[in-house]
Amino acid sequence: MLEITEGSMAVADAVRLCRPQVVAAYPITPQTHIVEALAEMVANGKLDADYITVESEFSALSACLGASAAGSRTYSATTSQGLALMFEVCFNVAGMRLPIIMTIANRALGAPLSIWNDQQDSISLRDSGWLQFYAEDNQEATDLHYIAYRVAENPAVQLPAFVCFDGFILSHTYEPVDMLSQADADRYLPKYAPTERLDAADPISFGMYATPEYYLEFRYETDKALKEAKSAIHAAGKEFGEMFGRDYSAMVEGYQLEDAETVIVAMGSICGTVKDTIDELRKEGKKVGLLKIRVFRPFPSEDLAKALKGAKHVAVLDKNISLGAKGAVALEVKDALYGSGIPVYDYIIGLGGRDVQKKDIREVVALAEKGKGDQFIGLRKEVL
Amino acid sequence: MALAVGCRARPGKGRDNKTGSWRVFKPIFDHEQCSKCGTCQTICPEGCITEGFFDPDYAYCKGCGLCAEECPKDAIAMKQEEK
Amino acid sequence: MADKTCELFDCGHRACGGCGAALAARLMLKAAGTNSIVVSSTGCMEVFSTPYPETAWKVPWIHSLFENASAVASGIESSLKKQGRKEKVIVIAGDGATFDIGMLCISGAFERGHDITYICYDNEAYMNTGIQRSGATPYDASTTTSPAGSQSFGNKRPKKDMPRILAAHGAPYVATASIAYPNDLIQKIEKAVNTVGPTYVQIHAPCCTGWGFEGDQTMAIAKLAIETGLWVNYEMVDGTVTKVKKVVRKPVEEYLKTQKRFRHLFKPKRQDAELAAIQAIADKNAEKFGIDIKLKKE
Repeated sequence: MLEITEGSMAVADAVRLCRPQVVAAYPITPQTHIVEALAEMVANGKLDADYITVESEFSALSACLGASAAGSRTYSATTSQGLALMFEVCFNVAGMRLPIIMTIANRALGAPLSIWNDQQDSISLRDSGWLQFYAEDNQEATDLHYIAYRVAENPAVQLPAFVCFDGFILSHTYEPVDMLSQADADRYLPKYAPTERLDAADPISFGMYATPEYYLEFRYETDKALKEAKSAIHAAGKEFGEMFGRDYSAMVEGYQLEDAETVIVAMGSICGTVKDTIDELRKEGKKVGLLKIRVFRPFPSEDLAKALKGAKHVAVLDKNISLGAKGAVALEVKDALYGSGIPVYDYIIGLGGRDVQKKDIREVVALAEKGKGDQFIGLRKEVL
Repeated sequence: MALAVGCRARPGKGRDNKTGSWRVFKPIFDHEQCSKCGTCQTICPEGCITEGFFDPDYAYCKGCGLCAEECPKDAIAMKQEEK
Repeated sequence: MADKTCELFDCGHRACGGCGAALAARLMLKAAGTNSIVVSSTGCMEVFSTPYPETAWKVPWIHSLFENASAVASGIESSLKKQGRKEKVIVIAGDGATFDIGMLCISGAFERGHDITYICYDNEAYMNTGIQRSGATPYDASTTTSPAGSQSFGNKRPKKDMPRILAAHGAPYVATASIAYPNDLIQKIEKAVNTVGPTYVQIHAPCCTGWGFEGDQTMAIAKLAIETGLWVNYEMVDGTVTKVKKVVRKPVEEYLKTQKRFRHLFKPKRQDAELAAIQAIADKNAEKFGIDIKLKKE
């Protein structure tokens, strides 16, 4: 059913339809509307879950870890500083192979303090072993929650996942969203049935420590599971498409890509602005296209290399920066295209809520065509 | 044996580690003196003293000497381990 | 009633010979029984009992991090509730994980009123990392980060009063226990586990390696701590002290001189002022809890 609703409400509703048994979250802007909505659903009996009002994000994810190990489907949401506070637990959850789903309403990291959007928070957890999905709009943001649970709980995967959507830009924006019915959601996402759980009837020790004889192998296995999750993502996205008409089988998605000479690579809501700009540039006769990355972990290197095969210039938009190096997405794209001879340029853009407009995208395209890159876009030189 | 997902294990393998090899002094239980009060069994940090005749499982006994020290009947003597 | 013959902490663990914490774990599991889920913090006990794949735990057990055991326990309790399951959730953590780094999570879990039992095995320093000072280290104890020296008598602060802090959270049952009194310890854990809501038991568990004494003296030293009034065994129900172990008190010196961590108070020179300060701590404990047995004058 099509509803015009705020992004956070749509996400909260999708989470409700996924039937988590335990929700643990701590308020942080711009995630608050999601968790407030979930608390209200619990209070009104619309969501049969226990909502743990933890005293910190660190405890939010720790509580989810316990609940997940005990056999419940669990959910949390956070952003920015909250995610940074969860850093230690994030690595732990992945290493313990617990399929927790967490929405990230992407926001910048301090200092300086900023409540506004970029993707530094989730990108900074790229090494933690979580799957990372990025949504372009609120329809995708809601749909990715069902898919994330399906993939994470797949016995061959057993890993946690972030569903990332841009804070304020999506979380606080009203858009039409097609919501599933509970019956459809249940059909797509069956009840969580973990292979192992904390259970007095079958005692298992969880979270043992590994000596040097074993640690390397455990890391190998987790890495392998994350890489092999690609086929589970493909299958879950395809099945979603077959059932509800919106196909998410691809981890990267092209727009005007076929004959594109300059290809922009981007993640999240910025893709909308890029598409609008491409429409204008196409009318002007410029062969420009977009490759949207929907799944950042596992990184779809092969799909990306295949999609970018015909490109003359690749311009990566990074809403993050690995300080002292480059944007994290560009580094991955360069790695995926290594040896192809295709030049990859990196543009740091939209940090801390700086508005990204069509003129900025035009500038990026012009720079890439001139072979110039690896720079910030939209710097206010007058304040430097 | 395949690696367990997420570094988990069921009980049992813990007993593979035979801590008796750590022992320097060995407790010798004198059943004549023993009043079967059960103190040694209760306070053994290894939980390796069986009830009834109160004998330690030497495969695990580390020879800490707590049982000998606490025995109210002085029925346990610590003897240097012969290796 | 607890089945005292029940052994749920398996042989083969790597604790030092005469380890107070290992004994505490064994006794605690006798009290809790098989219908338990145990959450451990990072620390000595976690390390000596669970190198993959050799677990000593015959009940379901989980370890996540150093400081989050009570948050993990909150999640487990919440999950069990939603599943309609009845297992008891028990945290066992060292004093560093309890008094210091885990304080935030403990406070949150107790304030929210989860039905969990939190057991702290208190060996009065960070033993796993090599005997560093914690908030539970007693006054004047020499540790590797509070060493006695020409300008120092060791740890400068008395122990943090954790039981009272948790009682102030509204915990319905708070108790202190000692491995020196196994039956009392078992009874207290049983009571804590069977009380609805967040309960706390702090167990004095001497560490031969960290305190500097022979492993066969663990019980004797734990007993001396009580007999000198430096450790008090008591119970608090709804914030009120209801039961106290009374003793005919001995001078604190009898306890202190048994351990290397207090050796600097006697050698090279007897430190009378410091010994008097520690005696004053014991005297204050005695007064506060009324532990002294008054002997009739002949």
